[in-house]
Amino acid sequence: MHNETVALTVNGRRHALDLDPRVTLLDALREHLGLTGTKKGCDQGQCGACTVIVNGQRINSCLTLAVMHAGDEITTIEGLEEDGELHPMQAAFVRHDGLQCGYCTPGQICSAVALLAEHEAGWPSYATAEVATAPALTDAEIAERMSGNICRCSAYPNIVSAIREVAEGGP
Amino acid sequence: MKPFRYERAGSLASACASATEPAAKFIAGGTNLLDLMKLQIEQPTHLVDIGPLPLAEIEETAEGGLRIGARVTNSALAADMRVRRRYPVLSQAILAGASTQLRNKATTGGNLLQRTRCAYFYDTTKPCNKRVPGSGCAALGGLNRMNAVIGVSNDCIAAHGSDMAVAMAALDARVETVAADGATRSIPIDALYRAPGNTPHIETVLAPGELIRSVVLPPPPPGRQLYRKVRDRASFAFALVSVAVVVAVEDDRVRAARVAFGGISYKPWRSDEAEAALIGATVTRASFDAAGRAALRNARGYGHNDFKIPLARRTLRAALADATGVV
Repeated sequence: MHNETVALTVNGRRHALDLDPRVTLLDALREHLGLTGTKKGCDQGQCGACTVIVNGQRINSCLTLAVMHAGDEITTIEGLEEDGELHPMQAAFVRHDGLQCGYCTPGQICSAVALLAEHEAGWPSYATAEVATAPALTDAEIAERMSGNICRCSAYPNIVSAIREVAEGGP
Repeated sequence: MKPFRYERAGSLASACASATEPAAKFIAGGTNLLDLMKLQIEQPTHLVDIGPLPLAEIEETAEGGLRIGARVTNSALAADMRVRRRYPVLSQAILAGASTQLRNKATTGGNLLQRTRCAYFYDTTKPCNKRVPGSGCAALGGLNRMNAVIGVSNDCIAAHGSDMAVAMAALDARVETVAADGATRSIPIDALYRAPGNTPHIETVLAPGELIRSVVLPPPPPGRQLYRKVRDRASFAFALVSVAVVVAVEDDRVRAARVAFGGISYKPWRSDEAEAALIGATVTRASFDAAGRAALRNARGYGHNDFKIPLARRTLRAALADATGVV
């Protein structure tokens, strides 16, 4: 078994890595690139703490191999701010106190940013009564669409308010 | 995770040739395979990544149906407007499964081939005939609340976990494959899965190196389509029982019906018995109950999962009532 060379583009920067093919994208980010904002929770796709955005779509970085992401555009929590300014979703989580311990927060925020893009694209969810329609982003829709991110401190009501505020254009 | 050799597929032919090796596996989304590899339940020595293959399109067929590439993600399929308008039961079923993060990676072919979530299959300290042939079945006398009640055997009572496949079974989907020698075949989804019998470790009729390249949906059947899922929490949980129905009504009688269940068998369980009971029946709760009784006639519980039998009957009744507007 030998290492694979893979070029990962993370937060706009290209990195050439020499990796054991067993390394997950999550471990590549944390252990090889030092980007520890992305968290390891369950490591089996159930908690969402490891959520990152790949080519515009949120995924569990624990359930994918780094070598499968050559050429992909990967965005982590570290890549959301711009020129030292928090991303509006980060600012809204702070404003609404959408966290307690904070461990799930990077995953929650990456998930929420991608959620808005999916809603913008007209994607339905299980909470959508008529799947052929583009639904309004109600609290029930937000809750269903965020069900892949667990918060053990149960900051859910404030997470929903933060997302709703950004969806409605800010404070 | 055990070491493996990683290969990016260069072509369909080379991918299939590579995957005929013993202990080789295709990988697409990887959401189930990598999970199992971390637990060393799956130990492939060679992974063939089909990511580079052009299998991510959804196309119209000449017959008026859709051909779905094996690498189309669950998210893309559920959001496709042709699916949402013509096969809403399929969108609903996909959206009832997993989380958005998982659906963004999970593929059409991989979803069909996902392995059971039976707790004993995942628990490497317990016997499991599917994981270690001949070791026994810990679920039979164990905590079998999530297990199957129909079509299974005393060697294995594992249930298939897919929601998507249940809708596809109701829609008469066919699975198109290509083998290492280039041979292609089209398998009715119902015939893709092998009954556990005394070989529960062999789950499908696919040969080593045979790759699912697409799933074909025939033109939509007449009638109202609906997916109903019952689970332990409101979202992101496997089905206790689910049902996909397509039902057409004329003059207060059922003219056409399709019924498939999830969570109760080793495969998406299409019920000819329920459909036969429904055709020509009056649109009443009594008829729907009769269909449920027909569907579950050969079911048996294993203790903790006894509740699934009446639950499946009631879920079918509720889905048919919703689909036909019966109060």
